[in-house]
Amino acid sequence: MSEEPVFDTQGVVKKFMYVNRRAPYGTIYPLEILESVLVAAAFEQDTSVAFLDDGVFQIKKGQDPKELGMKNFSPTFRALAGYDVEKLYVEKESMDARGLKVDDFVVKVRVVSAAELAKLMAEQDILITG
Amino acid sequence: MKFGILVNEGPFNHQASDSAYQFAKAAIGRGHQVLRVFFYYDGVNNANKLSEPQSDDRNLVKLWGEMAKTHKVDLVVCVAAGMRRGIKDEVLAEGFHISGLGQLTEVGIAADRLLVFGD
Repeated sequence: MSEEPVFDTQGVVKKFMYVNRRAPYGTIYPLEILESVLVAAAFEQDTSVAFLDDGVFQIKKGQDPKELGMKNFSPTFRALAGYDVEKLYVEKESMDARGLKVDDFVVKVRVVSAAELAKLMAEQDILITG
Repeated sequence: MKFGILVNEGPFNHQASDSAYQFAKAAIGRGHQVLRVFFYYDGVNNANKLSEPQSDDRNLVKLWGEMAKTHKVDLVVCVAAGMRRGIKDEVLAEGFHISGLGQLTEVGIAADRLLVFGD
């Protein structure tokens, strides 16, 4: 196989936002995107995570998917702070529509309106959806 | 312009891989550069050399491999996502290689735009 090219990324910091729109179980996207968030943070990028639509359930307290044969990965969100990923946004409209409150989450989040989130998204260099 | 591409879905089941391929082809045709295509989630299935579509259908695994060869596009399969799905060196099609998620972050930093193909 050909040699892997190496790109010069030294000293470049971009704004990466990871956009979570799906329920935590049922598809693998939320679990796998989280692995990708941790890697971007390890690269010392300006990393943030947004939760909207059913994605807000990913950080809900009290998850127990054992009966589904799945692993509760919500504690991993608490590890984000250790990687300096502290910009966690929850879209207010999605939270309200699902009857959730800011105390229902396993991590400290900033609740923003859809309009505010759109503005934050527009400021990013990279948006990665999962 | 320098593009990075993220493919989040497998071939045939979803149009994401077709759209990503057509985009890459068009971009290269217009003189742009595709630095890297990163295959994540079920997208790793695009690298399975055992894939054998019907003869009158497009063969995405082969098409990607040919693009890598002709235009020096770096095709990276995520190691963690690949292992879950049995996409390892034994079944890896020509033109692809397996590496870590750091390759996705890296191309995001290096490219002018990172395009995501999936839902």
